[in-house]
Amino acid sequence: MAVVDYKMPQTVDEAIEILASAGNTAKVLAGGTDLIIQSKAQSSPELTVVDVKKIDSMMAAEMTADGLSLGPAMSCAEFTAREDIKAVYPGLVEAAYLIGSTQIQGRASVGGNLCNSSPAADTIPALFVLGARCVIQGPDGERTVAVEDFVTGVAENCMQRGELLKCISVPQPDAGSSDAYLRFIPRTEMDIAVAGAGVSVTVDDSGVCTAARVAIGAVATTALLVPEAASALVGSRFDDTALQAAADASSAASRPITDRRGTAEYRRQVVGVLTKRAAKIAADRAQEK
Amino acid sequence: MSKIHVNSIVNGDPVEFLCEPNETLLDVIRNELQLTGTKEGCGSGDCGACSVTLNDRLVCSCLVLGAEAQGAEIGTIEGVSNKDQLHTIQEKFLEHAALQCGICTPGLIVSAEALLNENPNPSESEVRYYLAGNLCRCTGYDKIIRAVLDAAETMRGAA
Repeated sequence: MAVVDYKMPQTVDEAIEILASAGNTAKVLAGGTDLIIQSKAQSSPELTVVDVKKIDSMMAAEMTADGLSLGPAMSCAEFTAREDIKAVYPGLVEAAYLIGSTQIQGRASVGGNLCNSSPAADTIPALFVLGARCVIQGPDGERTVAVEDFVTGVAENCMQRGELLKCISVPQPDAGSSDAYLRFIPRTEMDIAVAGAGVSVTVDDSGVCTAARVAIGAVATTALLVPEAASALVGSRFDDTALQAAADASSAASRPITDRRGTAEYRRQVVGVLTKRAAKIAADRAQEK
Repeated sequence: MSKIHVNSIVNGDPVEFLCEPNETLLDVIRNELQLTGTKEGCGSGDCGACSVTLNDRLVCSCLVLGAEAQGAEIGTIEGVSNKDQLHTIQEKFLEHAALQCGICTPGLIVSAEALLNENPNPSESEVRYYLAGNLCRCTGYDKIIRAVLDAAETMRGAA
């Protein structure tokens, strides 16, 4: 195993200093459910591991009038138990809840899921539809990147040498809004998405959709926002025609591959169905509020 | 590589150990602390044989670095019984014959205890989902689920 040094900074500044000076061989350790497995591979380079879990702000989540400020390393178990967060962002919480077993939930984090940047990551489409922003600090200061610009490819993202994702900032949704995330796996638990869909909607008092965002996962090299699916929902009352148009738009936008989890054709079909169902759930939630 | 000096609490007792940066908590528990009840199965977080609690959270010890245990409280299978007095969950595993080869059993019992601490009255479905990260290749799970549900009922009666 290739971990050659272990650091436990107490502050973000200290973490940045270590990451910048150790260079490319430094990796941020949050829950380790991806990193520790990767470090055990024969091909792993020698790593300096920078454990950020002693930094209070990396482990905290705060709800304010502006929305959610999420410490990227907070465990999914702690995150999904937060009723105040679930009440506002049920889709994001259900996406985090789908990651792995109870044991994995105890360690894995939303920030880790994002930074690992798997095409099948469950929280990424859920963050896309909420318009989440990534607050990144590096040796030269802080920058903020829209989550849809964060992930750039399979296991690739915009993070530069020496940088740390220090906060995931999720805006407060407009009144009458809610969200949902669904994924398909061939078993009932503990698997990786064959396809996933996140939807957020805003619904007015008469039941008409006034705004929507749709994102799909596991059907391209990165999660994709699908504006055509969102447009199909806006102006509708989530009738079958609008839902089918949204489903068709998601299927059309997908660029899936065939692998052992499913064929491209199958994924294209399923991602449409998930879009339709997630839209309906988000709409029902928005109207229950 | 220089060794890292770590202080933790294991099953209620303070312990000190030295570990390499690349050693997992599982390596430390088995090799340094000689607590060999915790088993290594897959080494990649899929099978749950190495389940322990870390600050009261259930985790796979194969996916935790030993160095991360600094200042933490760890619970292993050795801490489940009260000396020679088996825990109710252990008794129910025996009573229901909820094990065959036994490799998955320590992890399952640690996980079941974590479940019943969080939720003393789980439904069958809740037990099955909670324990989904503990694989057993012998029993077919049914006896395990019966044992955990029976233990929960007995423990509620005793409380």
